[in-house]
Amino acid sequence: MLRRFLIGLALAFLGLMVLLPVLAIFTRAFADGAAAYIAAIIEPETLAAIRLTVVAAVIVVPLNIVFGTAAAWLVARYRFWGRRALLILIELPFAMSPIVVGLCFLLIYGAYGPVGAALEPYGIQLMFNLTGIVLVSLFITCPFVMREILPVLMVTGEDEEKAALTLGANGWQIFRHVVLPNISWGLAYGTMLTMARAMGEFGAVSVVSGAIRGRTMTLPLQIELLYNDYNATGAFAAATVLTALALVTLIIRGLLNRFGPAREVHP
Amino acid sequence: MTLEVQDIHKSIGETEILKGVSLTVEAGEFVALLGPSGSGKTTLLNIVAGLAHADQGRLMLDGEDITRLPSGQRHFGMVFQNYALFRHMTVAENVGFGLKVMPAASRPSRAEIATRVADLLDMVELPHLADRFPAQLSGGQRQRVAMARALAIRPRLLLMDEPFSALDTQVRHSLRGEVRALQRKAGVAAIMVTHDRGEAWALADRIAVMDHGRIVQFDRPEALSENPASEAVRTLVEGIA
Repeated sequence: MLRRFLIGLALAFLGLMVLLPVLAIFTRAFADGAAAYIAAIIEPETLAAIRLTVVAAVIVVPLNIVFGTAAAWLVARYRFWGRRALLILIELPFAMSPIVVGLCFLLIYGAYGPVGAALEPYGIQLMFNLTGIVLVSLFITCPFVMREILPVLMVTGEDEEKAALTLGANGWQIFRHVVLPNISWGLAYGTMLTMARAMGEFGAVSVVSGAIRGRTMTLPLQIELLYNDYNATGAFAAATVLTALALVTLIIRGLLNRFGPAREVHP
Repeated sequence: MTLEVQDIHKSIGETEILKGVSLTVEAGEFVALLGPSGSGKTTLLNIVAGLAHADQGRLMLDGEDITRLPSGQRHFGMVFQNYALFRHMTVAENVGFGLKVMPAASRPSRAEIATRVADLLDMVELPHLADRFPAQLSGGQRQRVAMARALAIRPRLLLMDEPFSALDTQVRHSLRGEVRALQRKAGVAAIMVTHDRGEAWALADRIAVMDHGRIVQFDRPEALSENPASEAVRTLVEGIA
């Protein structure tokens, strides 16, 4: 009885809160017919937004995979001064409102900020372009990979790493053959979250992008713009692309899990 | 291969774990480090393995100073308390790991590694389990895989940290003889950390009794039974049983 009730509750919630809204996006996007949908997608501004979003994610995700993995290994295996501070600092992006993050970056790296002003004479501009979008996305998404890997590293593998060390493996070999297979699941999951957030981030990006049509509009910004222009088909068509990108991320995670280095067999 | 441990001191924070430990392990000899928990025996083993570093003192292997030599370059085979097998690798991959990660110049070929792994699995009587994963093995089988993995690199010294503590009593006794036989066959000197008096007496040529960061007596088992150096050693040795 309880089991049925719980299943019913879970399904109803998922249906109402997840499935229905996602279906609504696709329904509304195709409401004016497939031709209107395709026209909305290949609209140059929307295509530019798709390209910018993907390019930014392609830069941000690998950087945060490397940073997150290195930071997690450091925190899990070494005791050093400032370790606790690092653990708290790395969570800061979770706690801060994205719009505040955008403003912080503007304050420091904008043309009137200390760093931005110092770089300006050399013709380097950090805000209102791809660089700015990448910088805030890096900040916003930096905890995901580390948060997923750290718990795994804390409970497993230290002795395995020591064993590999006594057997003559160097740092890279230990990472490649011992650490990576142990954390692959967490790494894949963290990567997925990073990718989804990097592509979907609105608040922080909206502050530093400058919102130049066809140039610095990411997909979420473009969707809001179209919606505010009363172009519902355009907005929802663009939204289907963002949703599809999220689905691709899910599929990649599934593939990683299926064919990745983790071959642990449970009896 | 003769290992000389000379006056090793080690502190962790304010606590002095080792207070000047010296001992010599002769070629082919089986030495047990016996003591209650907190006596510093595991710390001493880790220092010999290169997994920890002494604050003071030297380690000499056949006259070569290895105190500062990185763990991987010492070529000591280590068997960990929980065996620390690579859980995502098969038994064969576990045993071959130390050969696979050798620098390209000195690394045996794939075929040579496969032959050596097969030989070692024969030696520990597990040839039929080559493709299993550690999670699919019994405790005793895991221990033998850990032995094979440590011996695969043709170690200059075999180090064992409580190698029987993860096993149930029955298996524990039957594996003692096997471990000693393997060590003789490999012709390698061994240091085993244990808190089990029976284990030390059954396996070791010489036993170093440790207490509070010092070796209180280092002698053959018979000598320890007949002539304990002090009343403290007598109660310690009897108390540990």
